Amino acid sequence: MNIRSVFLLNTMALVMMQLSIAQDVKMRLQKTVEAGAAFSIQSTGNGKATLYIVGPDQVLKREIQRGETTLFAAGQLYNAGHYLVLIEGENFTISDALDVVPARKPAALSFLAKPSRLPVSLHNAITGAVYVFDAYHNLILIPTPVTFEMTNSSGAAQKHIVVTQDGSAWTEMDSTAQQGIDNFVARIDDLSSVRVIEQVPGDPCGLKMNARLSGQELQLATDPVRDCNGNAIPDGTIVTFTETYDEGQSIVDVPLKHGIAEAQMSTHHGAIFSVASGVVLGNQIRWEK
Amino acid sequence: MQKPPLIFCAFLILSSAIGFPQESVRIETPALLGPRSLPEQARTAVIRDYLQSWQSLRAAFDQNRPDLLSPAFVGTAQDKLAGTIQQQVALGISTRYQDRAHDLQIVFYSPEGLSIEIIDKVNYDIQIIDNGRIKTVQHVTSTYVIVLTPAEVRWRVRVFQAESE
Repeated sequence: MNIRSVFLLNTMALVMMQLSIAQDVKMRLQKTVEAGAAFSIQSTGNGKATLYIVGPDQVLKREIQRGETTLFAAGQLYNAGHYLVLIEGENFTISDALDVVPARKPAALSFLAKPSRLPVSLHNAITGAVYVFDAYHNLILIPTPVTFEMTNSSGAAQKHIVVTQDGSAWTEMDSTAQQGIDNFVARIDDLSSVRVIEQVPGDPCGLKMNARLSGQELQLATDPVRDCNGNAIPDGTIVTFTETYDEGQSIVDVPLKHGIAEAQMSTHHGAIFSVASGVVLGNQIRWEK
Repeated sequence: MQKPPLIFCAFLILSSAIGFPQESVRIETPALLGPRSLPEQARTAVIRDYLQSWQSLRAAFDQNRPDLLSPAFVGTAQDKLAGTIQQQVALGISTRYQDRAHDLQIVFYSPEGLSIEIIDKVNYDIQIIDNGRIKTVQHVTSTYVIVLTPAEVRWRVRVFQAESE
């Protein structure tokens, strides 16, 4: 028998002995522990050993006395995940698995809402998505009802209740008819997160101008410019007056001031004056001398 | 419930650049919650960036270098993984993670386009090394929930969490 064979036999004997010892050594632990909760691991036998709890989210190591219960206090293992539990002694290694699940009570909401500013009266134009976390920033994966609510200054509210799936939930809301600041809230029990949504007037509606002669020129002025819900279009919005006549065209852009736009334009026989704001066309006036 | 058809099967991602064998990747048809459709280009990018995050994790944990996490991880995921590496350093431990197979599905694309959620049933090996001695090599199958958010040039992992089997 050569040296190599002896080495192999010795190695095999050592492995067999370790296996035999490992079969005698047992570990008892819960398969699932809530994040941050106290738990314990028991092992059989006598002597010292090293206990490892290893995962990408946390690592713990303890020198233990076999046959005793190793206690882990609340807050020691708090990151949700899958962990390998290993007990290594002088002649053995045994392992098991432990799942740490998120705490049931939500403690933080990650709430994304968009857009932060939009015109009034648009259907399903505001979206909100929420991720639900526990106190240790673990994503809570059990279905959890989330209340989405949007309120404006008059107190009118839209309310949707959505149950999370894989930790997330989303909803869509209409922008309301009135301009102003709305609060978009995601809520679970007493936990809430608020996003402010500014609703601005929509496009001008029923844009109308009047004309009167002022010396040799024509004084053009719009009625107060509002959207289709009666919200005043903000000052500074550009209104375009156009005069079209045989020899050509004249265009004047003016901003709204105090809700109306005014311009003076020269007069040509047979000219047609029109008014527009953005893509919205108003009335036309034909000028005959 | 019948599983959705596979759009790719055994899609191999090269990881040989750092000397590891290739892992197999199976990508299932997205089962998207939410009103927003996911463009093909974004889907390819998010899966590519997620799989690359395993390479970052592997290198960071093997070398006990939290800085290697930063290109791929952000926020809570980065904080937690970096915290684990610091624990490893304090305990004289390092760990080697080698992902062998991924079976992943995109399940949520948030309406504003700022987050994507993936469920990945991943097979990996973990090797625990304590003060230079290999303590064990174990094969693990676990289901991960991952949330990625867009950064300047790539998607980064913001939530990286195994769920209970």
